[in-house]
Amino acid sequence: MIEQAPVLIVVIPLIFAFITPLIGWGKKELCYPWIILALTLSTFCSVITLLTVINTGVIHYHLGGWLPPWGIEYVVDYLSAFVLVIVSFISLTVAVYSKKSVEQELPEKITYFYTIFLLQITGFLGIVVTGDLFNLFVFLEIASLAGYALIAVGEEGAPMASFRYVIMGTIGASFYLLGVGYLYMATGSLNMADLASLLPDLYGSRVVLVAFTFLIVGVAIKMALFPLHGWLPDAYEKAPSSVSALLAPLMTKVAAYVMIRIMFTVFRPYFSIEVFPITTTLSWIAAAAILYGALMALAQTDLKKMLVYILISEVGYLVLGIGLANKNGLTGTILHILNDAFMMVALFMIVGAIVYRCGTREISQFRNLHRKMPFTMAAFVIVGLSVVGIPPTCGFFSKWYLILGAIDASQWVLAGVLMLSSLLNAILFFRVIEYAYIEPRNEHDSGGESLVVTSEEAPLSMLIPIISVTAGVVLLGLVSGRIISTVIQFAVPACF
Amino acid sequence: MIDFIVSKYNYWIYIILMMIGFYAMIGKRNLIKKIIGMNIFQTAVILFYVSIGCKKGGTLPILEHAHGHAGQVIQASSYINPLPHVLMLTAIVVMVSTLGVAIAIVIMIYLKYNTLEEDEILKAIK
Repeated sequence: MIEQAPVLIVVIPLIFAFITPLIGWGKKELCYPWIILALTLSTFCSVITLLTVINTGVIHYHLGGWLPPWGIEYVVDYLSAFVLVIVSFISLTVAVYSKKSVEQELPEKITYFYTIFLLQITGFLGIVVTGDLFNLFVFLEIASLAGYALIAVGEEGAPMASFRYVIMGTIGASFYLLGVGYLYMATGSLNMADLASLLPDLYGSRVVLVAFTFLIVGVAIKMALFPLHGWLPDAYEKAPSSVSALLAPLMTKVAAYVMIRIMFTVFRPYFSIEVFPITTTLSWIAAAAILYGALMALAQTDLKKMLVYILISEVGYLVLGIGLANKNGLTGTILHILNDAFMMVALFMIVGAIVYRCGTREISQFRNLHRKMPFTMAAFVIVGLSVVGIPPTCGFFSKWYLILGAIDASQWVLAGVLMLSSLLNAILFFRVIEYAYIEPRNEHDSGGESLVVTSEEAPLSMLIPIISVTAGVVLLGLVSGRIISTVIQFAVPACF
Repeated sequence: MIDFIVSKYNYWIYIILMMIGFYAMIGKRNLIKKIIGMNIFQTAVILFYVSIGCKKGGTLPILEHAHGHAGQVIQASSYINPLPHVLMLTAIVVMVSTLGVAIAIVIMIYLKYNTLEEDEILKAIK
């Protein structure tokens, strides 16, 4: 049973997804416990896989007994096991959270919503677990197609946002596919480990350079790296609350994982650092993304739109660490995959809860929100501090490693950009906190003290995931040294 | 120059098709035209894959009486490579489902705004 765990992580949500419509056909209310069951099993398998990797090393699983490089191989090493646990845990949290908001936003479509929800997670998990470039494309498209459908059922304007995402996403996927094709032309292999051993002799070849470019640009479109982020703000803003909470933390992180895989596993690290030097360019693009995201977020009056731009800036952090291409930078990126997934899921769930109770996302409408929803707003403050990067919350530690990485690479400007963005984030979050917490004094005694706001906290099924993830944000900060010493230091490519 | 183009004509065809698709996806304002462009774009990638598997004078990779005739010499160069073609079966499935999702979304848009012109839709959203 345990040796089947790597494949079960993907197979369980896939099979459960196809049974969901049958269950929903009988009794709609059963869909929710059914997907919770699926994701619990999947999370359980990922945790087992991570523990196995820590105890016994890298797992190779040959599908159907076909040996690589001919058959499809699932490879779980430290990095993929780490991302697997993040993806499955976050999706479980969002699934628990989704009950009330889906009932409010999509009462007619619960069954199909949950079917596609599970397929989406299947795609994410498959991308992380596979060791085959073409298989990765298939999972990437499963995840993207499910994402298009989920976004399209959102509020006014969502279908158009989703359509733009379809166009951009297809360009990205086709570029990725072309890159894989060029690599296949040069080497005759699709297996990542096999490619890694065949490619170094061909690094001078122009076919390989073109392949690399296509792969990176394709993935950059999928992860919405500035300036290829055009599809993201509208799509994630207009999607239903629980869909934004699922996609925003995971799609970008999984794409960042793919980028790390391609740059440092399929190609040797020295390829992108010396042979075809793009790492420096990438880190400058990332710096631009960080500043652009933070500045655009400042201009928003809608909380969800603000978060979407913060997400673009967080993608910048991930790529910045990849671009620095040294030990501290990559440690920062991998740690940030974990931390940012937690922070983003918490923020988007909080917005969803506010929309559920108040029906508005305008920051200026948030007066007295701390009385109305005390726990949710407390969680918002804690996660906000983490995004700003205040210890002991987890956001501090990944930024710390990124800054160390920038200093190691003697890129003082990039270190400056990281600190500046913390400052901008502080402005962003304190603006919201000010509206929600600080009451205007002596406002012509109109409301005055007679203003009693009844507590209307979000329902428990929303509050429990929010609070547990917020507690996670603090806890992860406290144990981040331990996470680095048991997992992340082995996940960073050995040559750094 | 002519030789260069003719000897690699399959790549030229795929690049031209791809650019046509790319132009339609970015430049056209009608949603259905964008979808058609998307389809051409994906088909170009598929043609690229199909063409890299082919060889001049190659035949189908079926080995007659291969079992039990272990001593038989197999000339790999006289067979075409079936793998890119098989990969494209999967890619075609992906392409068809993308097309399906895109058309479904366009139907949703049409039912809501009664038009398929991007400019008019954006005006209606605002």
